[in-house]
Amino acid sequence: MGNNTQSMNISLKVWRQKDRLDKGHMEDYKMDNVSPDMSFLELIDVLNERLVREGKDPIAFDHDCREGICGMCSLMINGQAHGPEALTTTCQLHMRKFKNGDTIVVEPFRARAFPVLKDLMVDRSAFDEIIAAGGYVNVSTGNPQDANALPISKENADLSMDAAACVGCAACVASCKNASAMLFVSAKVSQLALLPQGAVEADERVQSMVEKMDELGFGNCTNERECEASCPKGIDISNIARMNRDFLKSSISAKK
Amino acid sequence: MTIKKLNGNVPEGAIHEKWEKHKFNMKLVNPANKRKFNVIVVGTGLAGASAAASLAELGYNVQSFCIQDSPRRAHSIAAQGGINAAKNYPNDGDSPWRLFYDTVKGGDYRAREANVYRLAEVANNIIDQCVAQGVPFARDYGGYLSNRSFGGAQVSRTFYARGQTGQQLLLGAYSAMMKEVNKGKIKLYARREMLDLVLVNNKARGIITRNVVTGEIERYAADAVLLCTGGYGNVYFLSTNAMASNCSAAWRAHKRGAYFANPCYTQIHPTCIPVHGDHQSKLTLMSESLRNDGRVWVPKDKDDKRAPNEIPEDDRDYYLERKYPSFGNLVPRDVASRNAKQAVDDGKGVGPTSVAVYLDFRDAIKRDGKDTIAAKYGNLFDMYERITDDDPYQVPMRIYPAVHYTMGGLWVDYNLQSNIPGLFVLGEANFSDHGANRLGASALMQGLADGYFVAPYTLGNYFVTDKPEQEKVTIDSPEFEKAHKESREKLDKLLSINGSKTTDDFHRELGQIMWEYVGMARNEEGLKKGISEIKALREQFWKDLKVTGDNNNINTELEKANRVADFLELGELMARDALERRESCGGHFRDESQTEENEALRDDENFSHVAAWEFQGVDAEPLRHIEELQFENVALTQRSYK
Repeated sequence: MGNNTQSMNISLKVWRQKDRLDKGHMEDYKMDNVSPDMSFLELIDVLNERLVREGKDPIAFDHDCREGICGMCSLMINGQAHGPEALTTTCQLHMRKFKNGDTIVVEPFRARAFPVLKDLMVDRSAFDEIIAAGGYVNVSTGNPQDANALPISKENADLSMDAAACVGCAACVASCKNASAMLFVSAKVSQLALLPQGAVEADERVQSMVEKMDELGFGNCTNERECEASCPKGIDISNIARMNRDFLKSSISAKK
Repeated sequence: MTIKKLNGNVPEGAIHEKWEKHKFNMKLVNPANKRKFNVIVVGTGLAGASAAASLAELGYNVQSFCIQDSPRRAHSIAAQGGINAAKNYPNDGDSPWRLFYDTVKGGDYRAREANVYRLAEVANNIIDQCVAQGVPFARDYGGYLSNRSFGGAQVSRTFYARGQTGQQLLLGAYSAMMKEVNKGKIKLYARREMLDLVLVNNKARGIITRNVVTGEIERYAADAVLLCTGGYGNVYFLSTNAMASNCSAAWRAHKRGAYFANPCYTQIHPTCIPVHGDHQSKLTLMSESLRNDGRVWVPKDKDDKRAPNEIPEDDRDYYLERKYPSFGNLVPRDVASRNAKQAVDDGKGVGPTSVAVYLDFRDAIKRDGKDTIAAKYGNLFDMYERITDDDPYQVPMRIYPAVHYTMGGLWVDYNLQSNIPGLFVLGEANFSDHGANRLGASALMQGLADGYFVAPYTLGNYFVTDKPEQEKVTIDSPEFEKAHKESREKLDKLLSINGSKTTDDFHRELGQIMWEYVGMARNEEGLKKGISEIKALREQFWKDLKVTGDNNNINTELEKANRVADFLELGELMARDALERRESCGGHFRDESQTEENEALRDDENFSHVAAWEFQGVDAEPLRHIEELQFENVALTQRSYK
């Protein structure tokens, strides 16, 4: 319910693009009687249902859990990845964070490595390719030693968890002027390097993941910190520093 | 009608020896021969990702399918609380036996004992495996794993990674899977939706999918198919499931002959954030640990519209404390949920929609201080405030039950194989381990047990015993041709109706019928009414649906319509199952079968069995087969919480 029960009028400017090859354009939609308690994605749901009733093509956008954990929702909202609220995914952004009469510009996450599939939906499978290049511990299912056989300091376990909280939404890439994936890659590199199980392959991992990241067309880091500011999970850029250090170290000591 | 008595193929022997002996008795595929077998795994949640990774490591060729843009997004990711295992690290008397016992009892004695024992047995192995993968579980200052108690268990056996255990376990399984993608042992197909199961000579030999980006209908052949496609809670429209969670893969398999077991067993979780308006798309769950300190109440007078903090003590009805003096606010999930519904049905619901009850922390804050409460529940309070814009430190939370998990699913035997040879069903998609009610922190355990430690053994045995590979099947075979054509026709039909109502209109309406008649409390009259209303709605759906666009592009409306078409059939089966099960057990409550204390009253004499339904046609009566449940190790008792 909240205290703000006044309904709102909102103007939307939404990126429409039929498919990968279409040039795309902005389209205007007026939304009346918007409940401040709606989530931003529910606003698009309502608009889409209206479009279907009018026989028009609804707006395609990625979303799934709507609890801020699956990382599937995206959107540049007024030029900000996931909109104006800090530490919030688009699905958890509510209309009460806007004002009656606002015009909101909605665009897809843009990067060379993320082609637009339709409207606001982009292909982020490049992230899967980076993980496949080394974002794991090489252990098969079977009978590893007891879970408590290797103590891990609470500090490292907590730092590892901080990095592991990444949801892979790619807001970091979308908000970086270089479309760099350094925050995403460094979060996985750090999570594993901080644990004894992952430390064994840390050198090879950082090399192969960075190599894959470069190959896929992501840009370099120039310390803008936009990634950190837009990250809905608060992933710290100290992870990038850790990755750079590990990368340098492993470049010197590399066996191949 | 002839009713089949199904055999769960439970191995002989004492319960603690069954799995060990069975593993030895099962046949093995020679390591060099494994590469000759192709396996399809549908779904990449905990069950699907762990199975795909483990099978690929063994040497099988795996094709993995998921509906999202990446396998990492499957809805297992949203599980918060933790994963159970009887490691007994806290030295508080836990053992696999106790975990087994708690799970059978928690399921209200409607699960297969042998499956549950195996689950409890392999649970420890899961924790070892996940730690080896780099899952950052919570640890104490000595560096050892931390445990907490959960879901009313009397021991601390729950392992957790902050409030994101599901996420961390899924990312562990996902990374194991991506490791095999990199080696070429798993071929990944993202943004695919399964449309049909293909049977050749009565064996599962492939699937039909729709590429949701191009609209293309595709065919894939294999020697076995594993469905790891989750539950069907979204039949209610509003649930805590993800938007794309659906029943179609399981339902299409059912229509090809796989039995659907106990579809009426649904779990309705008491502490969810209530519906706020017509535009609501899904519901959000908050950990039930909130009930440790929050007090549930409604105004005594249904016309009392004062703000909650202005309602004095004497005008409040703390109904759980009043009715259940010894358990109070900590009654089990089903009891708490039913009582909230009762309060709302009596007109005492609160908030702008009047479909909610209060969960009040005022007294706990007064007693323990705000800091203590914040330390325990801070993240939940923040989440609540983000969604509702109310500050639960100042005003009571409003909560209401929501559909959360489905214990029913495709029938499987001890080997997790359905009645169709070569079709295996893992995780929430099967029915096997939770009986009529699932305990907290057990879903993650089951998904990973099935995928890491059960299916990799039993699948090999199937290959050696049934030799599916000896019969060459290609995607050009007539069975594929036919299934492809039928899938295409169904989509074309959905696109051609061109009526006046949207898919969401129908889905919302179905959800209302399900919630009203097949929800928290069911009775004969309501269920019969529900069945006829669902039938009428289904008929209307095929006459008056409006789907825009075509089939050659991304068309999310078409995807939704295709799923709702299946929900409209499954919903009826759920109501039928609930109607035939004239007893109350776990999440299934029949008004006609309750104790004097309004608790679920089982009828062990007549219903100590699994109901497994066989499809006979959309408008034909399905057959109800049964599998008798034998309880040799756990004594059946009646629950009481007074």
